[in-house]
Amino acid sequence: MSHRPDHPTSSDRPPAATDEGLSTHVYLCTGCPLGCRLEVDAVDDDVVEVRGFSCRRGERYGRQEHLDPRRPLSTTIWIDGAAIRRAPVRTAEPIPRDQVSAIVAALRGLRIAAPVRRGEVVVTDVLGTGIDVIVTRDLPMVG
Amino acid sequence: MRPPCHDVVVIGGGVVGITLARELSRYHLDVVVLERDAEVGFGVSKANSGIIHSGIHADPETVKGALEWPGNEGWLRLRDDLGFGFAQVGELLVALTTDELPTIEYLHAQGDRKGIPGLERWDAARVRRHQPNLSRDVIAALWAPTAGVINPYEAVLLIADNAVANGVQVATEQPVVAIDPPDRGDPDGPLTLHTPTRTLATRYVVNAAGLQADEVARMAGVATFTIAGRKGEEYLLDKRLAGLVTSVIFPCPTPTSKGTLVTPTFDGTIMVGPTAEATDDKDDTATTPEGAQAVFAAAKRLVPVISQRDVIAEFAGVRAVADTDDFVLGVTRRRGFINAAGIQSPGLTAAPAIAAHLIEVLRDEGLELRERADWQPRAEHPVRFSVLSTREQVELAASEPGFAHLVCRCELVTEAEVVDAIDRGARTLDGVKFRTRAGMGRCQGGFCTWRCLELLAERRGIPITEVTKRGGASWIVRDRDDVHAAPARGR
Amino acid sequence: MPITAQPHHLADGYDVVIVGAGPAGMAAALGARDRGAERILLVDRDVEPGGILLQCIHSGFGLHAFDEEITGPEYAQRYLEQVLEHDIDVLTDAYVMDVSSERRIKLMSPAVGVTGLDARSVVLAMGARERTRGAIHIPGDRPSGVMTAGLAQRMVNIDGYLPGRRAAILGSGDIGLIMARRLALEGVEVVGVFELLPHPSGLTRNVVQCLDDLDIPLHLSTTVVGIHGRDRLERITLAPVDDEREPLLDRAWDVDVDTLLLSIGLIPDAELARDLGVLFDPVTGGPVVSGTMETSHPGVFAAGNVVHVNDLADWVSREARLAGEWAGALATGARRPEEDVRLIPGDNVAYVVPHTISRDGTHTVSFRVRRPIQGPTLLRVGEVHQRKVRAVVPAEMVTLKLAPRMFEDWDGAVLRIDAVPAEAVGG
Repeated sequence: MSHRPDHPTSSDRPPAATDEGLSTHVYLCTGCPLGCRLEVDAVDDDVVEVRGFSCRRGERYGRQEHLDPRRPLSTTIWIDGAAIRRAPVRTAEPIPRDQVSAIVAALRGLRIAAPVRRGEVVVTDVLGTGIDVIVTRDLPMVG
Repeated sequence: MRPPCHDVVVIGGGVVGITLARELSRYHLDVVVLERDAEVGFGVSKANSGIIHSGIHADPETVKGALEWPGNEGWLRLRDDLGFGFAQVGELLVALTTDELPTIEYLHAQGDRKGIPGLERWDAARVRRHQPNLSRDVIAALWAPTAGVINPYEAVLLIADNAVANGVQVATEQPVVAIDPPDRGDPDGPLTLHTPTRTLATRYVVNAAGLQADEVARMAGVATFTIAGRKGEEYLLDKRLAGLVTSVIFPCPTPTSKGTLVTPTFDGTIMVGPTAEATDDKDDTATTPEGAQAVFAAAKRLVPVISQRDVIAEFAGVRAVADTDDFVLGVTRRRGFINAAGIQSPGLTAAPAIAAHLIEVLRDEGLELRERADWQPRAEHPVRFSVLSTREQVELAASEPGFAHLVCRCELVTEAEVVDAIDRGARTLDGVKFRTRAGMGRCQGGFCTWRCLELLAERRGIPITEVTKRGGASWIVRDRDDVHAAPARGR
Repeated sequence: MPITAQPHHLADGYDVVIVGAGPAGMAAALGARDRGAERILLVDRDVEPGGILLQCIHSGFGLHAFDEEITGPEYAQRYLEQVLEHDIDVLTDAYVMDVSSERRIKLMSPAVGVTGLDARSVVLAMGARERTRGAIHIPGDRPSGVMTAGLAQRMVNIDGYLPGRRAAILGSGDIGLIMARRLALEGVEVVGVFELLPHPSGLTRNVVQCLDDLDIPLHLSTTVVGIHGRDRLERITLAPVDDEREPLLDRAWDVDVDTLLLSIGLIPDAELARDLGVLFDPVTGGPVVSGTMETSHPGVFAAGNVVHVNDLADWVSREARLAGEWAGALATGARRPEEDVRLIPGDNVAYVVPHTISRDGTHTVSFRVRRPIQGPTLLRVGEVHQRKVRAVVPAEMVTLKLAPRMFEDWDGAVLRIDAVPAEAVGG
């Protein structure tokens, strides 16, 4: 017996192929409680049509989500000499969605030392994205 | 090399074994308690109704019946010495139909015969005045004022602490795996016990191993009985319902069980249960939908406003029932090997009387009982910050900052209390919880679990990853690197 | 710097004492200062101010309060910096044990012991606690490895441990969704999120970014019906539920996991208010409040999740700022407004906060719908106001602004709030 989720997922579903390389991709709009199911018709990286939106923001989101989906990324890294063992960090800007796992993995071995200040850069240009990783909390030295 | 020979080894650190060990500590004796779990009292001694029975229930012709009432009286003496909570709230055994009236009369007469004081037959109006939330269907009841409630775990711990203070050794995580008879040349010589990590020689063994007592007896070559498990599920209701009943409410009993009770626990919550289901698996302490259904159907017959929606916690314990359906107490063919087995209901009630009885058995078997002049009957009590007056709290907090540092807010438990519990032998999260009540309240440990883990790790000098919920494989957290190193599954 | 100011006025008492230094308490302190309160004390039970924000390392905070999307720790620190700039006393590692009817506060702390102090006004800002296994009584064993999502969040984000290797999450509330992502990114295998209701309980954005992005399945109308494992959790039994939310046990299946996180809702942590005997709203589980966020006990205010569970910290701070302002105003001699209008939940509305308002004031009214409406929805405030929105879901709190002009032609005493499909009312 298989137990597939019964909720409409939005990412990386195999696109429904139609003629001449045109394919349709489904995204769930996150702009408001409506959660519109957006259908994006595209030929490679050319968006031909976005359907299913209820507002202009939704249409823009569909286009962006298809061409260059980005996510804010937060995680924690080891810190020595602070009151807690992990320092919270985030990317200074949203990063390409398909880089999330790689960046988390890259930060896994990172270890910094207190004190640090909120906003301090701990990694510049992480994995060549041009985006820095910053600490999100002041952590003074203790003991 | 021969290990040093102890006088008595008690197998099993439940209420029976611990109470006996404390009695033995009155004398000049070398006594060891071996407990298989991470802490004493972690078996059914922790998971029961907490009722000290009035004395009317068991047939006086049986061993359990003969020890029920003396046990009740024994708890009063233990309370006077040790000061744990024991409230004689009384019990009401109610009849809902005229068919049940003869049962009430029978138990009334049995109680009178056993000399239980204060028994009264109440009519419906009197029952209603006393317990207004009982079902309107109650037509009569037997009132037995001698019934009481204790916090069984608190009691076991205080008894254990007192035994230890008087020189008893308690060794946890020590399941007995083999028992060697005396050497051939010395038939009256010591028995030798093996656990996975220790070997002990002793002149006397008391088998208080609860659900494993039949296996232990077999190791000693005296497999004269078997133990079956009979599971009981209990459900604790929200504190809001405190006062719903103020005495223990019994239905009329069935042949296998006293039925589902509604109990005002010593700590002020209402508890309903237990069930009585035979189980092949003696470690099966799972609650079940069927059990809940049975308990609430039965409890509603007694107190109609009770609802399963009010449950805040649930647990199950497994009673150790011997095939004789009675306690198995006393000597065996193996010289020096004495049973305290099959201690089913009313085992908690009878425990002090069982201990007194076994002392006499041991004396008859030649154990020399010389009273110690320095025996200390009173235990030093753990502080319960939450129940102190404000003035006492102020003074305590001023003298020791640990008492000004809150760990569990639902039950108002301070860091000093948690540290004291650990120093007294709590080795696990459950041990801390049952000793201090930290984590027992409405947030069920959401707030205090981490601090308790840190304190356990700190005081015991171990990493947090080695702290467990109740011993064995019940770890709480993993090191990050440990998880990252594990090969990914699936995907 | 996350330092804490030493309270120097304990013995002399305070104009305003605020219990809890999370997003509600810190905003309340600033509000009280705005309205001229001089002596303000912020008490928190944790070692550092910030409350639950400190473990919420994800972004999604601050869009309303700071016009910028930031993480929980940043949100906390920005507020704390303002608190310290405004010379507000902060006492951390301190637990308020009792608030008396004369607003005498009993607290304990290693710094000051067990002590009492007087407050002209009190703001209760203790937030919420998580519902536990006991609240939904899942039958089975009681092994380690079953814990609330918030406790796991703390273990992972602050203390740097992981709760296990293979996890399931019961409940699709935002904390559950966020922890699903957090664990998956940390290398824990997350087998799925299981939700009793036929729709997710958390924000769509979190469903997409926390689950879909990482291929974590979301099973709706499904719940946990069994927990197995003597020592550590080994296995759970799951079952779909019918329309009445009753599990269909003949369709149950087992999944091997060593960790089960519970994200099954929050409850206002309002015991201090309960002990004080104030009126409660049975739906929110928090105290009944006026348009100034005052409870039924004069001088005792409440705001944020201790009143009702909000979806965004920004809303919590906004509401608490108002509470702080009035607490400060009252403490410095202002008079409370006359309140003559009662707000009650109507069609498809679970609750409304505040419970009473004054028709002469401007108010923000917050409520939650019971059922989602996936289309044009009419939000109606009795006969005085209505607004159309694109859709409503229980996961998102709805807010409406009421202004004195709306009451010009109305002299009633009770306003019913409805949230209904727009076409159903012929609109």
